[in-house]
Amino acid sequence: MAKSSATKDAQALFHSLRSAYAATPTNLKIIDLYVIFAISTALIQVAYMAIVGTFPFNSFLSGVLSCIGTAVLAVCLRIQVNKENKEFKDLPPERAFADFVLCNLVLHLVIMNFLG
Amino acid sequence: MEKATDLLSSSQSLFSLKSLKLKTKQQELLLRISILGLVYILAFITRLFSVLRYESMIHEFDPYFNYRTTLYLTQKGFYEFWNWFDSESWYPLGRIIGGTLYPGLMVTAASIYWILRFLRFAVHIREVCVLTAPFFASNTTLVAYFFGKELWDTGAGLVAAALIAICPGYISRSVAGSYDNEGVAIFALLLTFYLFVKAVKTGSLAWSLASALGYFYMVSAWGGYVFIINLIPLYVLVLLVVGRYSMRLYVAYNCMYILGMLLAMQIRFVGFQHVQSGEHMAAMGVFFLMQVFYFLDWVKHLLNDQKLFQAFLRITLTCAISVGVIALGLGTASGYISPWTGRFYSLLDPTYAKDHIPIIASVSEHQPTAWSSFMFDFHILLILFPAGLYFCFKRLSDATIFIVMYGLTSMYFAGVMVRLILVATPAVCLISAIAVSATIKNLSQLVRTKTKPTQAGSGKGTASTKASSKGALDQSLPYQKNGAIALLVGAFYLLTRYAIHCTWVTSEAYSSPSIVLAARGAHGNRVIFDDYREAYFWLRQNTPQDAKVMSWWDYGYQITAMGNRTVIVDNNTWNNTHIATVGRAMSSYEDEAYEIMRSLDVDYVLVVFGGVTGYSSDDINKFLWMVRIGGGVFPVIKEPDYLVNGEYRVDKGAAPKMLNCLMYKLSYYRFGELTTEYGQPPGYDRARGVEIGNKDIKLEYLEEAFTTSNWIVRIYKVKPPKNRL
Repeated sequence: MAKSSATKDAQALFHSLRSAYAATPTNLKIIDLYVIFAISTALIQVAYMAIVGTFPFNSFLSGVLSCIGTAVLAVCLRIQVNKENKEFKDLPPERAFADFVLCNLVLHLVIMNFLG
Repeated sequence: MEKATDLLSSSQSLFSLKSLKLKTKQQELLLRISILGLVYILAFITRLFSVLRYESMIHEFDPYFNYRTTLYLTQKGFYEFWNWFDSESWYPLGRIIGGTLYPGLMVTAASIYWILRFLRFAVHIREVCVLTAPFFASNTTLVAYFFGKELWDTGAGLVAAALIAICPGYISRSVAGSYDNEGVAIFALLLTFYLFVKAVKTGSLAWSLASALGYFYMVSAWGGYVFIINLIPLYVLVLLVVGRYSMRLYVAYNCMYILGMLLAMQIRFVGFQHVQSGEHMAAMGVFFLMQVFYFLDWVKHLLNDQKLFQAFLRITLTCAISVGVIALGLGTASGYISPWTGRFYSLLDPTYAKDHIPIIASVSEHQPTAWSSFMFDFHILLILFPAGLYFCFKRLSDATIFIVMYGLTSMYFAGVMVRLILVATPAVCLISAIAVSATIKNLSQLVRTKTKPTQAGSGKGTASTKASSKGALDQSLPYQKNGAIALLVGAFYLLTRYAIHCTWVTSEAYSSPSIVLAARGAHGNRVIFDDYREAYFWLRQNTPQDAKVMSWWDYGYQITAMGNRTVIVDNNTWNNTHIATVGRAMSSYEDEAYEIMRSLDVDYVLVVFGGVTGYSSDDINKFLWMVRIGGGVFPVIKEPDYLVNGEYRVDKGAAPKMLNCLMYKLSYYRFGELTTEYGQPPGYDRARGVEIGNKDIKLEYLEEAFTTSNWIVRIYKVKPPKNRL
């Protein structure tokens, strides 16, 4: 009884989430896809680490942090270009994208140095 | 000093000019820039007392190591420096220099040196090293100005710059010649904080990236970066709890954390600590918390349905918390996440070091701070600090919350350890500057409203209109204008006293290099004791190239840097057992000590002795720490053996073991023949004010090699073993 109500709840939740999400603009959806891709890559690396071991620890860290960093920066970009966020009204999307590219550049230069 | 008062008065005149509302903005800008320029110069020149009084030289202990490594860096290049294995210290273990130091300071000084060379200024690297700290102190004033501007207004920024330029708490670590990590690190610390506050305010990735780079510089310069990596998450957490979460905060913190952590990992001495040590876990926890928080916020925004969201919240929160707890538990249990280190514990609990780590407790700058030293280092800022806190609370914003948290936490740490007054200084200066600026602004407004009531409403900004409306309200009060003038004069008087105090402290207390000692002679003339350099020069000239010198660890860096000889232990103190071995040798009888010294290949023993000159921080006064540290590893050494009824004494009533241990013998050898003070028997120890108990000291395994002109440094040669029959 309780279980069925929980699944019903979850179903209703998913349903409403999906319908709400469908209204998101396309450019934000692309960013979401990018974030999901980055996070799943990070998860694959973590799973690989759990099976094989951490040995070149700097390589593992740089791999995972590169993914997480990319995801976090993309989320930041998503926040900044989202029209609904009133806090970033006066920030033009071009500027946000330039910042995003700059941060990514620094991130991946450091990653390259750290990869070993 | 006069300049400082000048400066404060000119910044004062700025406020009145501002409320006058000049026709042109340019005039104000010009005034502001010239004040900043003067502050910049003042911060530099007030730190030059030590050069004027003595000479352009490196001070104290640690700076000599920094100087030596910088010299190596400029001579051999960066890669050699990075891969340097130093066989001259910690004999026979050696030390991997590149992996065990914060290279920021050396690289900074070397870059300045290379730039100057490139511009065809033929400077010596020593001059660059001596002036690095004042130069960065000047830069700190600029950062303080911008930080103050961000927190309050330009007036507060200018006052903050002026206050921090001459604040003794900061000068103590940044006089010319004090070539130590802190000199650069305070600049980096304040810069990181400023950029982070700016990032939170604008929510821009670029500012956040800049603060990550500032953090990287801080990590490369000083171990105090742990303060940043704990304060910023704490600040974020407080903002979350009080309901000030914003997208800007998310952008600022996450970008800064990820990039800052990655950049910090490039410093080999820090390495993987950001993911492995307990001290850095708070930042990571807050990072994950932010993700969960953001995700929930986003879903809430999407759903627009309270009931569904509640269900969702329950599910995610349970999952997130359980995953976090399991991960932390597993990490700690498997030893993957190291527990907090002793240094960290000793910060949170002031009594911890005393009971567990004598080597930390033995350093005088790690002692809890006395009230007098707070007064000495902050003067009126100590009173202005709470006033500034009041103003901050009155006008709460993300930035003022940050400075309040920075001020309060660092004040606590300053109370735990003397040397951490340094970390608190920028916060105290900034908060006090807010108090000074706001008070003077209000008062001058009050004065002006009376004379020109028509202009009262034209003040710009919320604070000034508030003040002027208050002024209009208070107009009925009698003697209001006179009261305001009196208060202004009082504020002036206080600031003048502050400037005088700071200059006095700088010139009298903080400009001594401690490697050259100065005293007043009988006729009021200045006597200079240059014994340290005399002894190190002797070592350099008269001992074989590969000679090993044993001394207490305090002098290790100086012996390697100035004497260019191998030492057994030095100020790095990374190997407690090794130091304990030296402590054991110093506190054993001569024959036992000889065995230890043979096993360590010691050729010379160096002791510092102040009995002739009355120099009190010598080895006999440090001796109990040698006994304690030695006894901590080798239980043969027991502290009570050296005490009589719990009392430490060197005269006739001293413990027999004390009178015959190696340190006593080396310090007082031939001292019994010497008359040090008129009207006292020979062998009168001026540092401790007693006649020594063992005047007839015979050395069997060592011989005196050199004693400096004032007997401050004494060097003994270890005799080779006798021929076997």
